Amino acid sequence: MTDLSNRVAERAATRPRHFWTIPRRDALVGYLLISPQLAGSVLFVLLPLGLVVYYSLQEWNVLAGTFEFVGGQNYAKLLADPNMGQVLTSTALFSIGLVVLNLALALTLAILLDQRLRGTTFFRTLFFSPVLVSLVAWTIVWQFLLQQDGGVNGLLGAAGVDGPNWLRGETTALLSVVVVQVVKNVGLNMVLFLAALQGVPRQLYEAAQLDGAGAWTRFLRITVPLISPTILLTSIITVVGSLQVFAQIAVLTQGGPGMSTTVLVYYLYQQAFQFRHLGYGATLSVLLFLIVAALTLLQWRLRRKWVFHES
Amino acid sequence: MKAPLAALALAALLTVTACGGGEAPAAKGPQPLRMSIWTSNEAHLKLFKEIAAEYRKFHPQVGEITFDPIPFENYTTTLTTQIAGGNAPDLAWILENSAPDFVGSGALVPLKSKVENAAELVPAATRLWERDGELYAYPFSTSPFGVFVNTDLVKAAGQKAPRELIKAGQWDWEHANEINKAVAAKGKNGLTILNFDYKAWDNLATVWQGWGAKAWSDDGGTCQFNAPEMVEAMTFMHKAIFTDKSMPGPGTAVDFFSGDTAMAVAQISRAAMLKDATFKWDLVPLPAGPKGEYAVIGQAGIGVLKKSPRAEQAADFLAYFTNSANSAKLAAYFPPARTSLLTADTMAKTSPMLNGDQLQKVVIDGIQKGVVKPSHKGQAELAQTARAALDPLWKPDADVKAVLDGVCAKIQPLLGG
Repeated sequence: MTDLSNRVAERAATRPRHFWTIPRRDALVGYLLISPQLAGSVLFVLLPLGLVVYYSLQEWNVLAGTFEFVGGQNYAKLLADPNMGQVLTSTALFSIGLVVLNLALALTLAILLDQRLRGTTFFRTLFFSPVLVSLVAWTIVWQFLLQQDGGVNGLLGAAGVDGPNWLRGETTALLSVVVVQVVKNVGLNMVLFLAALQGVPRQLYEAAQLDGAGAWTRFLRITVPLISPTILLTSIITVVGSLQVFAQIAVLTQGGPGMSTTVLVYYLYQQAFQFRHLGYGATLSVLLFLIVAALTLLQWRLRRKWVFHES
Repeated sequence: MKAPLAALALAALLTVTACGGGEAPAAKGPQPLRMSIWTSNEAHLKLFKEIAAEYRKFHPQVGEITFDPIPFENYTTTLTTQIAGGNAPDLAWILENSAPDFVGSGALVPLKSKVENAAELVPAATRLWERDGELYAYPFSTSPFGVFVNTDLVKAAGQKAPRELIKAGQWDWEHANEINKAVAAKGKNGLTILNFDYKAWDNLATVWQGWGAKAWSDDGGTCQFNAPEMVEAMTFMHKAIFTDKSMPGPGTAVDFFSGDTAMAVAQISRAAMLKDATFKWDLVPLPAGPKGEYAVIGQAGIGVLKKSPRAEQAADFLAYFTNSANSAKLAAYFPPARTSLLTADTMAKTSPMLNGDQLQKVVIDGIQKGVVKPSHKGQAELAQTARAALDPLWKPDADVKAVLDGVCAKIQPLLGG
């Protein structure tokens, strides 16, 4: 046996070594398969991200064509910006309002439309259809509905209520933008919740019912834990989406009245493209990226405490 | 394992450098020109293209000349984004509110020696586009504001037509407000200032100029929003909106051209929208204010961008596009700044919708004595800051003086004072 193994070892030692071993070939195939996605990520995600950080260290005068390194000046400007308090408050209020309203309404609608009743298909289509409508067209229609003598106040007037000037009041303007966005996109989360609800085994409800559990207990102890991965997914999508809302603000309020609806993305647009402070705009982009990343990471960490199962 | 990763990184880098770097190969054949404009009106574009086609007949080295319309609302933003993105047009229409930025930054090519008979340009029209005696954009459209009047609605409200008031020497803001108040009392709209919409406050210069008010001092360094003249003018407007209801309130969309509004402050290019009007209308000068008669003009210039690789050719085309003969054609839509064309007879030939008196009183007199709408270096940021600070004014119980003090507190640092 020793002779045999020695001979095998000798042969192996004298055989020319090939570079393309099976593991290397497998690795190459793997890299080739993911290379389009990898190239896309480098070109369209990592490179722009790096460029934004680079631009945030510059003062770029577009018209004069000058490009000057200013180090951390734009970050110092960010810390001293007197508008930032208002902008971050508006952003937080908008995001909290949007996330809470959207998720609550989407879950409620999904639970209602999960019943086996006549007409549920129609209502599912009805609530989902705004998702398919062009965002700008949707917002323009709402602009007419929300004006002083528009459709919303017309309906309120018919009920004997004198409606406010929705887009001109500091509180009502923010609320209006939130509602317009919620009605537009609630259908998407509703469909995700509906799919999750339909994956909950019915026998669990039957067993709980036999044990005397009421509807609320069944919801809290069975439905919520079993759809918790979907709640995590929708909350991440909605939080990130709420921080990126732009078109609705641009069409409905242009950040006003005052600065009550000037959220971070709109402020960034104003600074970079309207006021031509491109370096400062890039700095605000970095801030937005950090906020989105921090919130997403926080949600991802917290999932261990409340997400019941993960695949 | 490291080799494939390194190869991929190198490939990505090469792709990036191939996309963005290196000298462009030498241009061969006729070179195209592109001009950014805000209008997408078919009649305007047809005329532009005709002039461009004529030019190309004698300049075979020039390829296709395209006119690239950008929506008015985001015009300057889009234009500067194109410039930042390396996609700058060769020529660009520049609005008066961004003139100080474009001219002051040195982004434009000097034009004085190129423009045909530049000496005949009205000084009031060229002021905004000059620096150190050089002309950096051709004052393409110098358009005074006037008041379009729906005479049917005025008559139905039992009021004298503005033209009668002009004859009686009573055409002022107080009388105009009485007319609008009467029309509003009948359930229609009184006066609207087009494009204002409680955001574009610089259009209010068409009113406050009558009080002798200014947004800032002539040297641009001191805020004048809280000066007594401005407080009086804004108090008048606030009363018109919230007490007299003679101006539609904030958050109300109004369209003069549909026939439900008594008067609209606008530029004469809007006359084209009255082609199929179902009501009788007139165009009269702005009403006099406490400081007497006045005129306000909006302007647009056309400049050649220094960044254009064909700047020389673009300037040559601009000179042809705006020579006396073509300016006469363009006067049909864009009031010219050439004195030789500023006669009621000449303009009547190109503006058939307006009569000689309307052209003389509103356009020709307006261009001669008009004050350009407020413009300042960094106008976009100033406009936005002032808009936000002015918002509290558009409430029924606003303290006008306090709000205007607040505007000055906000914009003074931006004025450099």
